[in-house]
This record gives sequence, C-alpha cells and structure tokens, in this order.
Amino acid sequence: MKIIPEITKESIKDLIGNNQREDGRTIDQYRDISIETDIISKAEGSAKVKIGGTKVIAGIKLQVGAPYPDNPNLGVLMTNCEMVPIADPTFEVGPPNEESIELARVVDRGIRESKMVDLEKLCVEEGNHVWMIFIDLHVLDNCGNLFDACELAVTAALNSTKLPTASIGDDGLVIDKENTFDLPLNEKVVMSTFVKIGSEMVIDPSLMEEDVSDGRLNIGVTEKGLVCSMQKGGMGPLNKKEILDCVNIAISKSSELLNLIK
Amino acid sequence: MITDGVRVDGRKLDELRPTKIEVGVLERADGSAYLEVGGNKIIAGVYGPRESYIRRLLEPNTGVIRCRYNMAPFSVDDRKRPGPDRRSSEISKITADALRPSLMLENYPRSMVDVFIEVIEAEGGTRCAGITAASVALADAGIPMTDIVVACAAGKVDGEIVLDLSEKEDKEGEADLPIAIMPRTGEVTLLQSDGNLSEEEFSKALDLAIDGCMQISEIQKEALKNKYLESME
Amino acid sequence: MIYVDNKDFVIPGEVLADDDFYSDRGTFKESGKICSSLIGLISIRNKKIRVIPLKSKYIPKKGEVVIGKIEDVKFSMWDVNINSPYSAFLPAFEVFKREKRELSKVYDVGDVLFLKVLDVDEVKKVKLGLKGRGMGKFKEGIIVNITPTKVPRLIGKKGSMINMIKDKTNCNIIVGQNGLVWVKGEKEMEQLTKNIIELIEAEAHTSGLTDRIKNKLNSILGVDDEDEFAFFDDETDELEKPRLQNFKDELKIEEEDDFSE
Repeated sequence: MKIIPEITKESIKDLIGNNQREDGRTIDQYRDISIETDIISKAEGSAKVKIGGTKVIAGIKLQVGAPYPDNPNLGVLMTNCEMVPIADPTFEVGPPNEESIELARVVDRGIRESKMVDLEKLCVEEGNHVWMIFIDLHVLDNCGNLFDACELAVTAALNSTKLPTASIGDDGLVIDKENTFDLPLNEKVVMSTFVKIGSEMVIDPSLMEEDVSDGRLNIGVTEKGLVCSMQKGGMGPLNKKEILDCVNIAISKSSELLNLIK
Repeated sequence: MITDGVRVDGRKLDELRPTKIEVGVLERADGSAYLEVGGNKIIAGVYGPRESYIRRLLEPNTGVIRCRYNMAPFSVDDRKRPGPDRRSSEISKITADALRPSLMLENYPRSMVDVFIEVIEAEGGTRCAGITAASVALADAGIPMTDIVVACAAGKVDGEIVLDLSEKEDKEGEADLPIAIMPRTGEVTLLQSDGNLSEEEFSKALDLAIDGCMQISEIQKEALKNKYLESME
Repeated sequence: MIYVDNKDFVIPGEVLADDDFYSDRGTFKESGKICSSLIGLISIRNKKIRVIPLKSKYIPKKGEVVIGKIEDVKFSMWDVNINSPYSAFLPAFEVFKREKRELSKVYDVGDVLFLKVLDVDEVKKVKLGLKGRGMGKFKEGIIVNITPTKVPRLIGKKGSMINMIKDKTNCNIIVGQNGLVWVKGEKEMEQLTKNIIELIEAEAHTSGLTDRIKNKLNSILGVDDEDEFAFFDDETDELEKPRLQNFKDELKIEEEDDFSE
C-alpha cells in the first residue's frame, strides 16, 4: 500500500483547482511525447514511446497458427503486458497481476473493437492457417499514464509491422520472409486517460496525480473520431457531465496524438 | 564461417562488435544503463539498497544483491513466452555471483540491492552484456564498489579462437567461454564454458576474453564520465 | 604520488593515490593504493582523500533531523518512512510521556513530520523523537525530494543557498538530512521554490551555483539586486556537510500546538 502525504494531496488539489499542475502543465495538456519505431529488428513491428518520463516498448511477433473454430477465416490477435520490476519500485517479480492484465485488456480492446487490424486479410488457408499477431508490451519506466503510452506504442508498432508472404504450396505452408508487405490496417487508435482530482478531470496524469486521484477514465478514439473503447477505473465515482466532457476532449486530442504516428 | 581471418560479419578474430553504453536512462530506478553490443539491446536498472520484506534473504552484517535477468517476448526470433524459465533463472543467479565480489555492502546490513536486466533484443552474448550493463547501473545508483565488473566471451569458431561471439557464431561454433572480471585486479567473477577446448585453446580463449573485457571496461568508464560531463553543461 | 585533483570526477575502482595519502570516506585501500568506491567528486584535505558521492541512500545517524511520513499507527508507536533502507518508528512515549492518548488522533497515516533520530539500534531499527525546535507535524506546504547527498549543497556554506532562496521567495523551508524538503509560502512561490530545488539537485556538482540560482530567481521574480549576495563564496567548502547547529538555527516553523493543552 502506497501512502501519499496528506499535504501533498492537498497541494495537488489546490493547484488543479487553479488549472495548474505540479509540472507546470494545464489540466488538458499532455507531457512531451516521442515515438520511435522499428527499434527491434527481430520483431516484425516495434515502437518505443515516451510520455514525459514514462517509457514503454511494444513488440509485434507474427506466427502462423490455427484459427479459432468460430472464426476460421480470421487472423488472431493477442495482447500481453509485462509490468517488469525495473519500471517501478513497487512492481514485483511474478506473473501478471490485476493491474497489468487490465492494462493489456484495455489496450487490446481499443485495437480489437476499432477493427484496426484487418483480420480477414490475415487468413492464409481458411480453417487451417491464419496469422497470429502477438502484441507484447514491456513497461520500462513508470512515471504515470501507462495506458496512453501503451496504446500509442501498440498503434505505432502495428503501423510499422511488416508481414511476410505466406502461401500454401505442394508441401503445405510456405513462408517467405524476404517478401514482406505492410500489415493491413483499417484504422488507427489512440487513447486519452483522465483522472479525477478534486472536482476536475485531468488528462495524462503524472504518477503523483494518479496516486492522489479518485477515479480514472480511459477513452480510445479512432482516426474517424469514434469512441471505440472505454474503461472506468479507480475507486471514486464519476458523474455524467465529467464523462461527456472527457469524451469531448479525448476526441479533440486524438488528432494531436495520431499526428505523432507516421 | 571464417575466411582468411575474417568472420561472417566482417570482424577480425580478436575484434569486438560495436558497443555503446548510455548511463542513467531510467527515471524511477536508482541507477540504470542501456547497452548495445552488436544486435543486443539491454537495459539494466538498480533499486536499493532498500528495505526488503523477504526476511529470509537478509543478512545481519551486510547488504545482499538479487538479480533478475529477463528476456522480452519480442527479443528473439521465435516469440519467447513471458516469465522465468530455467535458463533465465540460472543466468540471474550467476549474474548476482559475478557482481557480488565488487560490491561493498557492509555499510548497508539487512538491506537488499535489486538488479533488473531486461533484454530488449538478443543477438548472442546477452548474459555478458547484462553483467556489463548491470555493473554500470550499480555505479550510477551510488552503490559502493571496489571495481566495475565487465563481461565478455571468447570462443571457438571454425577451429579458430575468436572474441565476442555473435548469435550465429554461438549457434554454429564449437565452443563458448563467457567470463566476467574486475579489471583493476583481473580477478574472474564469472566463468562458464560450453563446447570442447584443448588446454591450449582454453588458455588462449581466456586471454582473448580478458582482453575483450579490458576494452569494454574503457567504454563503461567513458559512459559514466560522459553522463557526468553532460550534466555539467 | 597522487593521481587526481580536488573536484575531479571519479568512478568506482579508480586508483586515486599511493600509500603516502590517507583513505577517507568513499575510498578504500588495497595493495598500497587508495581507490574510489563511488561515483563522485574528489576532496583532498591534509593528505586525506575523500570521494563525495553524487548519489546515495540516506543512512540515519543519531542526532540528525529528518522529514518522515507516518505509514502506520500501532498500539504504542507510529511507523515512519524516512526515505531510507531502514524503517523508523516514533514511540508514543516520546510524544505523550506517560499520558494515555489515542495515537491516530494525534498523528495519522499520511501525516508528514519533522523529527530527530534518537537512536539507531544494532538491527538498524531507527528510533525517532520530536524534541527540538519546530519538530512536529507539517500543516500545508509541499514536499520536495532531493538526493540526500545533495542536502549540503541545498543549504550552502553557512546556509547561504537556503537563506537566499527563503529571502527571495518568502517561503519557509525545512530540509531533512534524508533528502526531503518542506516548503511553505504562497502557492506560486512554493512551485518556484520546488523548481529551484530541483535545479540545484541537477546542478549540484557545478561551481558558481549560488550565484546562478540567485540570478535565475532574480530574473523570474523581476528584481535586480546586484552584489547583495556577492559575498557568498561558492567554492570548495560548500560541499561539506554543515554543522547541525548552524543548520538548526535556520529552521523556523510554527510551533506545534497539539499538546499545549
């Protein structure tokens, strides 16, 4: 259990009440963001994202495997997140805990529900061979707002992913790693995360702001400006106006974030 | 694999892969280092000395070190299942053993120093790269040490003794000899070997690996000084 | 024979001098050579060689003043986090003497206190007390973290740095030896002071720091007071730990009145 000094809670709330933040931002402002893609040559796609001090890496690995029986012609998408203990003194060694599973699932939902990846084009042989996309998130430095960093990393990594050519020859499956093409994407998705501090909803929370906040709202937005995934987290409740206001801000911020992905 | 003394990647027999070290790359960790050697990309982070809740690991007269070597699922050709396996557990243990002799933790009894090594991309020789990065991260964390440990491998490929095996050389070569040393005294803190070597070959490989360590040691020192000089500007 | 100069940057294992010098903190002697055990800066005085660390965890010592956070309330003591590898406690006896009171009504989880290290026992349990000027619970204000080894730099020679900052920002500032700093003043000034403290942390090993910080504050605050602080010598001695006595004189906060009844 992490204990935050009462006076720190009060001072952060005071600042936010005046549209100020401890790092000098306004409440609807992101920290500096940088994205690097193709950083891992062994992965078919990869991206490193920094939001302020937060650093995450997304790696995409591809494999041909069997489709799910109920979707014999669709590729398979899997998202996993490792909150490794290098990233935060409170992260522990061991299998993924609730936090990292929630993070992976919220990020996954944005990708999946927006139909970002054209899974139909990932079918090699209906019922037998489809491409399986393994999305692995590696959190390296937790300075707050892992959700937006992870979603951005996954979108950028998928956008940089090269798919080998797969075909069925006389002796079965043939994979040609020399001839690659871009992973077929229908969409791009970005996420904006807000936390409630006092009576304000604050975008891109720093770690300290996360620690003193009452509730959290993740909003995934597509390139077309549609809300494709949401998650309310944290103990505190949110009212309808707060939620609608956040949706409005998330949609308007999405183009800013999408512009960062080449 | 070797033609006229030139290796598949164009290196000479006694040549290291290009190596780069950056210090203080993480904000949360007390100390950190990023290392690239050939196609390897490694991040090491250190926390501590800190209080540990694992009482049975603590010692009344000194601090203890715990290491965790971990490969990212996307770091290798075929996706690695996340989490520890027998290989990474062994490497974690020998890494702790390799670093421990350099640490002066007597002033921190009953405390714990955690070293985390994350392999972001692997291309042969990650255990040595991990130790080299971890020791720099320990220095960056302000942990008292008698020396900065450095690791490098030599091995036998195509009948020749070569320095710093690449992934391909490691897989197809005849022998691999990773070592770590404390460069000021030359004492060896890690020694493994797999593959067949004659006594003469072993001795030659050991000398070559030590020579490689001394070269990497200079890069470690440079990296630590660079970080400090940068912050002077 | 000596191989380094004052203020040189050194790294662990670096050979600093031969036998005719003395090994002081941050160094060790091996086969007739004095070597550094840390990343830090060299300080040579009377043939004694020291390495002043750039980074280090706080190791509590008897008599030092620290800022701590209450993490748990037990039957007869509070558990206090003092930003150290060693956990600390404040016994109820130090606060109430023999009087029976409910502990959490006085200090509760999340409260931040200014405390004194009374004792560190053989299993490294740190006993804290409140006897001393200004000791007790902070009300309002902000907490800023710095590396404990940079505390002397923040205070400056005979308080030159900290007094200058207090003067310019009109903030109350209390520095714990454990690297926690409490700042209270006008909201904007608190944030400015926090930024300035973070700047000192980042540039602690550079020379001429007090002057640069003063100029920076002047330009932000739009004042111009040439020479007012020019007499502060920013060289050599400033890296030394100030005597607790001088340092304590600088500390002023509202007297804790919880127990005056």
